[in-house]
Amino acid sequence: MWHSLSSDQEMLRDMTARFLGDRVPLARLRKDLRHDPAGFEPDYWAAGAELGWTSLLVGEEDGGGSVSGRGAVDLALIAFEFGRHAAPGPLVDCNVVASALTGQAGETQRHVLGELLAGSAIGASCLGAAPWQGAGEASVAIRRDGEDVLIDGSMRPVESAGQAAWLLVTGFSDGRMTQVLVPANASGVSIKALKSMDVTRRFGSISFENVRAPASALVGEFGRAGEAVARQIQAAAVMLSAEAVGAMDAAFDMTVDWAFNRYTFGRALASYQALKHRFADMKSWLEASHAVSDAAAEAVADRTALAAETASAAKAYIGEQGPELAQECVQLHGGIGVTYEHDLHFFLRRVSLNRLLYGTPAEHRRMLAALQIEREKAA
Amino acid sequence: MESVEDFRLRARAWIKANLGPVQPWDLDQDCENDEEELVAVARDRRLQRTLFDGGFAGICFPKDYGGLGLTPAHQRAFNEELVGHEFPSRFTVPTFSPCVAVLLEFGTPDQKAKHIPAILKGEEVWVQMLSEPGGGSDVAGATTSAVRDGNEWILNGSKVWTSRAWWADWGLCLARTNWDVPKHQGLTVFLLKLHQPGVEIHRIERLTGESEACQEFMTDVRVPDSLRMGEIDAGWTIGQRWMYHERIGHNSPYVTRPIGLTGKASDLTSPVAIAKRAGRLDDPAAQELIGEARALSIVSHALLRRLAEGAASGQGNVDTSAIGRLFSGLARVRQNTIAFELAGADAAAWTEEEEEETGSQGMDFLMRQVSCIGGGTTEIARNVIAERVLGMPREPSGDKGVPFRDVPRGPKRG
Repeated sequence: MWHSLSSDQEMLRDMTARFLGDRVPLARLRKDLRHDPAGFEPDYWAAGAELGWTSLLVGEEDGGGSVSGRGAVDLALIAFEFGRHAAPGPLVDCNVVASALTGQAGETQRHVLGELLAGSAIGASCLGAAPWQGAGEASVAIRRDGEDVLIDGSMRPVESAGQAAWLLVTGFSDGRMTQVLVPANASGVSIKALKSMDVTRRFGSISFENVRAPASALVGEFGRAGEAVARQIQAAAVMLSAEAVGAMDAAFDMTVDWAFNRYTFGRALASYQALKHRFADMKSWLEASHAVSDAAAEAVADRTALAAETASAAKAYIGEQGPELAQECVQLHGGIGVTYEHDLHFFLRRVSLNRLLYGTPAEHRRMLAALQIEREKAA
Repeated sequence: MESVEDFRLRARAWIKANLGPVQPWDLDQDCENDEEELVAVARDRRLQRTLFDGGFAGICFPKDYGGLGLTPAHQRAFNEELVGHEFPSRFTVPTFSPCVAVLLEFGTPDQKAKHIPAILKGEEVWVQMLSEPGGGSDVAGATTSAVRDGNEWILNGSKVWTSRAWWADWGLCLARTNWDVPKHQGLTVFLLKLHQPGVEIHRIERLTGESEACQEFMTDVRVPDSLRMGEIDAGWTIGQRWMYHERIGHNSPYVTRPIGLTGKASDLTSPVAIAKRAGRLDDPAAQELIGEARALSIVSHALLRRLAEGAASGQGNVDTSAIGRLFSGLARVRQNTIAFELAGADAAAWTEEEEEETGSQGMDFLMRQVSCIGGGTTEIARNVIAERVLGMPREPSGDKGVPFRDVPRGPKRG
């Protein structure tokens, strides 16, 4: 997280932090919301939307807007607090869908965007084709059929699939990307709830069987969504990274406290050099994660030449080091670290699951390699 | 004061007009033999002079000493514009950081007036005479002695790992002036001319066959009191700042060197080039390694920037520089291992013609740990982070509160 923020940014962050502390403290997540089908109460999301959770990547002309003029940076502040609180709610997907819809002229697109901004509906992103996949590896195909398009395939895991009213479907069309917006209750769409690693977030599997959508449901042009998808993945990488850093921060603080207060053999854990050195390593991973997460948010907000690389570097590095740090925290806690009663697992779940969404570290590394190879060929 | 952006544009135009393309030896300072090294040294001295004459030397140094009196942000802008261009790489570390940084903080007005302009003009290269053969990471345990004799001091002892001392000009030397007080309280810093009677300089050959590191043996070297830095016995006050400037090293606002991630400079030993030679560009495992190496560069760059901004905003303390030191050391170790892995069996043996490209991955791997040893070990960095950043209890030591004379310096013998 940045060393200095404007007072508007601090207010944005603090309002979300206070709200999450009041509405979804860990005690509530642990008990009351554990088996809730959505993982949160209906008015929670709408109230969050009022705090700006879904508007930061949306242009002002569409009813959105950021506080600093750099939406991805402001959104990273919110995501960081989501991580620190292990907060429920489809922050990443709703923002991905909103960012895809801003600037689109279609009536449905504008209507859905309005609902997302108000928090009255949830959008899910079904990434059935991704830039790290070859044409044969995509799980969703979108083809033309007269004036319509037809969607076939499936995607999992999709966050809040069971709660989403709208699906932004990404698929391959003869090796090129297409995006379509369809209602979750469209004929041919079936959604199945999945069990997951997390207790605060819900995931589902979505399959599309001959799902028909009019051309007006296209987001962008048929077969030409590649660049938009790349930018959505960058935005998702920024949010997932900032969230993971928040969770790492919480787990690390908790474990440092533990090291000072836990005594063995008449000494605090914090006095053993073997453990001090591991804390030092963790601190360096944590600071590095803060740094690259911030750098990614800035690069994506400013659309610099290095935006794609910085976002992938953040996703790959934090995706690797976040779970490593959380597992070290478990090890330093000992047995209590794997109990449901303790708070640590919330953060372990958050970073471990975030590692897998919108591209694993291995997938982002291959994207980084592709960019590097391309550049050296050009040189 | 000139704005950073105006300065950047002026720097860009000047660099383009006055500096040629970057040379391979600028980046790793690795010369085939001593003759080539001396040619490179002369060229670096000229380049430093070019910077000075062009009005771009000592960007953050006070005008009184020939600098520009600007800010770290100006230096950073200059360094970003320098990417892809030649620069006086032998004037980065240790001359500008830590040596000149320390000189600027603690030197007498006369010392500063004499040496800082000379360094900015490329006339003096400095080394740090810190480590000792028996000392390792315990630099405050120095046993090189300095004894007062009228208006002079007589130095005896040995310093080691002084890079490039065989051709450099001056050294900052930490010596013991009082053996009857605890170790941190009996040290004094001297400015020492390297090539003078009583200073014998030996080269240390490393396992690669290269020998830029040196060891000095000092026998009754006479140093005038005017070359003493700071108060007598107060050398550790300087030492702590010295350690700080050493830890930030290339990331110091006093150092001129290209920084950036444009990745334009494709060279023979980039991970992509290595994988290509090994015929592995289509191998997903090789692609993951290339991407991992690139990600580490991006993360390192972001971390060093964050630490510098933290220091500038007063939110980080000087000890957070140890985080950068630890991370950079480990990241370079990993990148080195990745290069070795990508090269495969070709790293094992090579022809004379392949020396430049294939030779380095094997030899670099053998030298891998240097990035976690030189400039303060990563173990010391971990102690600093745990104890001074996280506030954890200090390690017990055998030299606290004990007159240095009585501190054990080896196993007790019967």
